[in-house]
Amino acid sequence: MAVNPKTLPKPTPETQHFWDGAKAEQLLLQQCDACQHIYFPPRPFCPECASRKVSVIKASGKAVLYSYVINHRVPKWADGPYSIAVVQLEEGPRMMTNIVDVEQTPEALVLDMPVEVVFDAVSEDITLPKFRPAGGAS
Amino acid sequence: MKPRSIAIVGAAETTELGKIPNASQIQLHADAALNAMADCGLGPKDIDGIACAAEWPTDLAHYLGITPTWVDGTMVGGCSFMIHLRHAAAAINEGLCTTVLITHGESGRSWIGSKAMGNNQASLGGQFEIPFGCLGPPTMFTIPVLRYMKDRGLTHEQLANVAVVQREWAGMNPRASFRDPITVQDVFDSKMIAYPFHILECCLVTDGGGALILTTAERAKDFPTKPVYVLGTGESVETPMISQMEDFTSSRAFKVSGAKAFNEAGICHGDVDHLMIYDAFAHLPIYGLEDLGFVKPGEAGDYIWERNTAPGGELPMNTNGGGLSYMHSGMYGMYALQESVRQMRGVAPAQIDGAKISVCHGVGGMFGASGTIVMTNEK
Repeated sequence: MAVNPKTLPKPTPETQHFWDGAKAEQLLLQQCDACQHIYFPPRPFCPECASRKVSVIKASGKAVLYSYVINHRVPKWADGPYSIAVVQLEEGPRMMTNIVDVEQTPEALVLDMPVEVVFDAVSEDITLPKFRPAGGAS
Repeated sequence: MKPRSIAIVGAAETTELGKIPNASQIQLHADAALNAMADCGLGPKDIDGIACAAEWPTDLAHYLGITPTWVDGTMVGGCSFMIHLRHAAAAINEGLCTTVLITHGESGRSWIGSKAMGNNQASLGGQFEIPFGCLGPPTMFTIPVLRYMKDRGLTHEQLANVAVVQREWAGMNPRASFRDPITVQDVFDSKMIAYPFHILECCLVTDGGGALILTTAERAKDFPTKPVYVLGTGESVETPMISQMEDFTSSRAFKVSGAKAFNEAGICHGDVDHLMIYDAFAHLPIYGLEDLGFVKPGEAGDYIWERNTAPGGELPMNTNGGGLSYMHSGMYGMYALQESVRQMRGVAPAQIDGAKISVCHGVGGMFGASGTIVMTNEK
């Protein structure tokens, strides 16, 4: 699918590291130094224990397909129905994404199937983390 | 709040519902407010508390000529009005004001004088959800459902059946937008919006409004209308990001808000004669029935299929036809409240004989927020 240029993310000081990481093809999460909680989306404190001592960690990029819809109201910038999905990362957090390199059908998109991160450079500054079936394109 | 200390004495919707090309959004608020004031014989000078969402209370107070000593502009989506009602009850009991007007008006279809809810590309949702091609509620509110279906065993037929049953109720309501009966197959044959949701499993888009007037139960007996007492109230919020819900098979905000309202009212589920669960999409009554505790997790699809919430069933639900068939201007909570008031007054088009307790449960901002009101017509 193409990307709507009007809805690209605008990084803030608290999220800039995530987008810098994505541009360098790394999926970055954060982990609390105090309670070890791993979390997403980014913020400079732990949402579990409120500690400000947190570290950026690199995720494995492995996940499972947790839930999704297939959007059939196709906008001009898209080339057909596309999935809007939530994946559960191996490290625990869930994130929204698109499942790519696979038919956008209920038969091909099976819940709990393993997926892996791929990086889609949609502009000079922004790279979106997307996911494809594990082991490459099917 | 103290049960039965506050009463709803005025209630009305806009004169028209559906497509209203001759009124701006603030006029829809005002039309509903004027109708509610006429309903209970009050004028703007009698109102000293005002609450609304989408428009600012400032704009509405000026427009209607009200001088309030209490204002509430809480805006958490479609259940804002349940939360306004809860806050108003507390404010009246605290002596901050005596007579509160709560209004809703939305030019959701005609878009006259309404503000577009622009995407904030720097918000967390704007950075981590919207860029993946989300196009509003039909592509976001619906995302948890496949997980629910797999974990709880809900079928596509059971999901479609929610819309089928609600259309039966709408058929009894002359003001409902869609009244012709439908079947599960009709739902499957309707246009796919966002798999697994067909258009008949998504709410309408209409123009309209509604207003409520509250005062003390003590003063309520001086009004011409049959008082509807506030028995219990609840509210909560969880997350603006659907991807970050704790549990895709249950809403934390529903559970917190519902339990608070039931505890405050001092009722159990068997006491409830009438139920409204905000249905922007067909899955919401399913989540609502379970999270409010009427049935166990995973049982709601069967419960609706077995006609327990249909006309003649033990728990009549969404008796106006709901957001799926009655009307849905964008923030439907006000219309659910209006139907609960009608049922408690005994004047609903599909009146439940002898109903004494109504539970009205709202959702806002795609599982982001919730508000629950328990009403009764017994002092």
